[in-house]
Amino acid sequence: MDSVANLTGAQKGELMDQVKQQIAVANAQELLTKMTEKCFKKCISKPGTSLDSSEQKCVAMCMDRYMDSWNLVSRTYGMRIQRERTNM
Amino acid sequence: MSSDFGDFSSELSSKGDDKELQEFLMVEKQKAQFNAQIHEFNDFCWDKCVEKPGNKLDSRTETCLTNCVDRFIDVSLLITNRFAQLLQKSGGM
Repeated sequence: MDSVANLTGAQKGELMDQVKQQIAVANAQELLTKMTEKCFKKCISKPGTSLDSSEQKCVAMCMDRYMDSWNLVSRTYGMRIQRERTNM
Repeated sequence: MSSDFGDFSSELSSKGDDKELQEFLMVEKQKAQFNAQIHEFNDFCWDKCVEKPGNKLDSRTETCLTNCVDRFIDVSLLITNRFAQLLQKSGGM
């Protein structure tokens, strides 16, 4: 591997983009895993031979609510961090 | 995720000459830690607050979620402070 110190500007930009993209992918994967686990738990109480339509509806709704919840938690946490900073 | 960055940034700082990359990685690392924390909060606050997922989050659930995050941080601060006091009392261990 080339030393990170001798990268050209363009290479550096590419590296930064790659890092950002990998983080975004990891974040999406984490969300996907959590959502699957949570919504399976909420919506499939007795696994049958197929996903029936009410289970599918429940999973779709659960996904949307999980993302709502994620966004709300994110806002709340962000606001708290700002409050703690101004109190310091 | 963060430990990967740890190695990477310490390698950079030992070379010592790319401030821009170093700063970039530090910011990205902080953002990643912030995100990881949200995943964790959402994980257990969801279990505590959400009953049956409906058409939208009702206001009771929303209040529960925001309280859940804030109270968890309160507890975390309380325990950290009290633990520090205990350590001091026991002579710094």
